[in-house]
Amino acid sequence: MPIEIRMPAVSPSMTEGSLARWLKKEGETVKAGDLLAEIETDKAIVELVAESAGTLARIVVPDESNNVQVGALIAVLLAPGEPAASLAQSSTATPAAAAAAAHAPATAAPSAPSASPAPSAPSAPSAPSVPSAPSGRILASPLARRIAAERGVQLASLRGSGPNGRIVRLDVEAAPAAEAAPAAAAAAASSISAAAYEEIPNSSMRRMIAKRLSDAKQSIPHYYLTIDCVIDALQKLRQEIKDCPDGAKLSVNDFVIKAAALALQKLPGVNASWTEAAIRRYSSVDVAVAVATPTGLITPIVRNAERKKLTQISAEVKDLGLRARAGKLAAEEYQGGGFTISNLGMYGIREFAAIINPPQSAILAVGAAEQRAVVKDGALAIATMMTCTLSADHRVVDGALGAEYLAAFKKLIEHPLSLLL
Amino acid sequence: MTEKSFDIVVIGAGPGGYVAAIRAAQLGLKTAVVEREHLGGICLNWGCIPTKALLKSAEVLRQAQHAADYGIEVAQVSFNLAQVVKRSRAISAQLQAGVKHLLKKNKVEVFTGSGKLAGAGKVAVSQDGKTITLTARHIILAAGARARIMPGLEPDGQRVWSYKEAMVPEAMPKSLLVVGSGAIGIEFASFYRTLGAEVTVVEVLERILPVEDAEISALARKSFEKQGIKVLTAATVKSLKRGTENVTAAIESAGKESQLTVDRVIVAVGISANTEKLGLEGTKVRIERGHVVVNQWLETDEPGVYAIGDLTAPPWLAHKASHEAVICVEKIAGQADVHPLDIMKIPGCTYSHPQIASIGLSEEKARAGGRELKVGRFPFQANGKAIALGEAEGLIKTIFDAKTGELIGAHMIGAEVTELIQGYAIAKTLETTEAELMNTVFPHPTLSEMMHESVLDAYGRVIHF
Ligand SMILES: Cc1cc2nc3c(=O)[nH]c(=O)nc-3n(C[C@H](O)[C@H](O)[C@H](O)COP(=O)(O)OP(=O)(O)OC[C@H]3O[C@@H](n4cnc5c(N)ncnc54)[C@H](O)[C@@H]3O)c2cc1C
Repeated sequence: MPIEIRMPAVSPSMTEGSLARWLKKEGETVKAGDLLAEIETDKAIVELVAESAGTLARIVVPDESNNVQVGALIAVLLAPGEPAASLAQSSTATPAAAAAAAHAPATAAPSAPSASPAPSAPSAPSAPSVPSAPSGRILASPLARRIAAERGVQLASLRGSGPNGRIVRLDVEAAPAAEAAPAAAAAAASSISAAAYEEIPNSSMRRMIAKRLSDAKQSIPHYYLTIDCVIDALQKLRQEIKDCPDGAKLSVNDFVIKAAALALQKLPGVNASWTEAAIRRYSSVDVAVAVATPTGLITPIVRNAERKKLTQISAEVKDLGLRARAGKLAAEEYQGGGFTISNLGMYGIREFAAIINPPQSAILAVGAAEQRAVVKDGALAIATMMTCTLSADHRVVDGALGAEYLAAFKKLIEHPLSLLL
Repeated sequence: MTEKSFDIVVIGAGPGGYVAAIRAAQLGLKTAVVEREHLGGICLNWGCIPTKALLKSAEVLRQAQHAADYGIEVAQVSFNLAQVVKRSRAISAQLQAGVKHLLKKNKVEVFTGSGKLAGAGKVAVSQDGKTITLTARHIILAAGARARIMPGLEPDGQRVWSYKEAMVPEAMPKSLLVVGSGAIGIEFASFYRTLGAEVTVVEVLERILPVEDAEISALARKSFEKQGIKVLTAATVKSLKRGTENVTAAIESAGKESQLTVDRVIVAVGISANTEKLGLEGTKVRIERGHVVVNQWLETDEPGVYAIGDLTAPPWLAHKASHEAVICVEKIAGQADVHPLDIMKIPGCTYSHPQIASIGLSEEKARAGGRELKVGRFPFQANGKAIALGEAEGLIKTIFDAKTGELIGAHMIGAEVTELIQGYAIAKTLETTEAELMNTVFPHPTLSEMMHESVLDAYGRVIHF
């Protein structure tokens, strides 16, 4: 029997998601463990892994399909050696049934052979609608493909007007000016100077970052609070811990994570999300840490950070960072979290304001630890300072609460022994 | 007075009308076709087919005359004009019977008589003073066209012919003037020249076969002149003085007038659409430049009335009429996946010696579009098969958009090019680029290899030249 591949729930709360793109083509052979497709949720892109070997016989839900219900049939895999003819036997593999499955609610879909309408033979010639190819294969003429490539038009975004919905030249030429424009501009520019710019096609990760952050910045009423922390005691403590017999090398950021977590525990109103109906307050303190990777920003999570020892946090962050840069994080490792820390101190940035990582309500932007001239007890003195800026969602965290949080954080970070308790 | 009702009534049974009727019947529509004269229309009876039959006779004659070139000895070559014409007519008759059979097989009801619109959803068919009325949900006008008549150049059927008389000569004219150098004029010029007449072609424009690519026009002219045809371009026949045995034409060229006396004149100066007797008065059907205006689905401005073929805008070709017929009917029947006709994808052919065939834009027009082009050429003289056939005269020219690889146009002159052009028609329809054409394997040895080489030449990769 052909193996049905269904839309997975990549997070516990997920009911639907988008199929970003297939990493295998129809007809390609697949080994167990191969990456089949990229699934997009509102939070991240997750790779769909093949659980068994075979041939990807049919892609039911094509690239860039939105609102695919969890449990919906998205592809059919033929076991090794299984004849293609057996595809027909699998009733669910027919496009008609697949369409039905795609609309079925998550709970009903998985195994029960849905009462799919018998695919009626297309006898009555009535509606002059153009049937779009049900598979992931894009029907397009060679000329259309070439012009699309040249103009940077995504074929998958077009409706074909040719036979069987084939995309022909006119369809590409009529593609929205917005899509065609950059290439036209590029062409114009290139006629002036040979290479005015180069275009790097957007990866789905890039598009995801772009979408989430523009949404965040446009829809969340951000406000910003900045505070200076004196971290001489912290630096001293770090040195002492390092010098211990079983000494550990802890970074400033490890302390920041712990302090942020303890402050969240103290002020749970910040560890929360806005929803239209209610403010969702999280019961665990999960702190996400922004990590720059070659392909873009990702935010792995230190869960229950308030309960973890600094050495544990340190080890975890190191491991998550390494694997993030290698692109080897599992979805649950970067999905969720109630708060994010972004530290650009290592670049010498003194202070900055970060964009909130939705659906969270606050992000802490941490600057460099540096010696500054300060006035202490009426005299000029030198202190090691670190400036932190909290960006908060005013819908969830009022200004006073944000300030209270930042003050709590400052207190903890300036009294680092409290972080060891 | 009887009244019969149909889903579709087609007026005219040419390659537009009879194809529409058959397709409609195939789709389960109750269909009738009204024809006043001959099933198969001009194409079958007085156009495409009988002229090709005549040209084949000319071809056989030429081959026989050149038999020695191939090592074949033929004692004495001569022709029998009556037999040549008889063969042509017999072929038309045979095909006409074929169309009759096809219509019957498809259960299309044929009404003999003149049809015209008679109010919404009604067609009046009259013959011999009797009229019956057909009702139809959809009416397709496919009445075709006739030879265009110019003042002073009116055919008289005796010494001044239209294509009809030219197709059934009783005697060979010793000298012939062909007015107009479109496909029809050129085909007759070629036919009569091969049979031995002194032929002069007069064309008002700068070059013969004016719709073809200029380079091809020039090659055609050279070839015709080599065969002994006199070609006068940018020249106008002002008047015809008809004598008892001959005709004297006053020809004006470059401001000078000259006289030419010939046995016969063929006037081939275009066509006039048969719009007059269709009962269009009082309907919303619009006529522009003598032809019925339709949209991409062949709908006129009058609801339920459609027009196809020569009745509508150019090109006036049988395959265009038939293709429009299918689109029109399938749209009426609500078929999915119906696509409008793109005239850039309609090939045009002239069956003279040498043959001429083309599709898409000429180089001149392509350049006018402002696109950067890649133009390929391959001559017959470099093709093994052409040489083996003894047909080493000709050229295949292809025009690509340098940026996208779109095949913008293809232009051919030489033996059998009318059979070759469909390869490029498929390429254009599938929207291939130069890459797919280059990757196609063409059989050796064939004339078609030149189609490949021409594409290669456009990209500087020609092998055999
Ligand atoms: C000499 C010559 C050579 C040609 N060679 C070629 C060629 O090689 N290739 C090519 O593609 N094309 C060629 N053509 C053109 C081709 O013949 C036409 O394009 C084609 O016939 C158009 O088809 P149609 O169905 O629109 O009209 P037609 O073929 O003209 O058919 C119209 C029919 O409607 C009938 N009719 C008209 N009015 C009425 C009425 N009121 N009631 C009933 N019946 C009516 C007519 O009798 C006729 O039978 C040639 C034409 C000529 C004259």
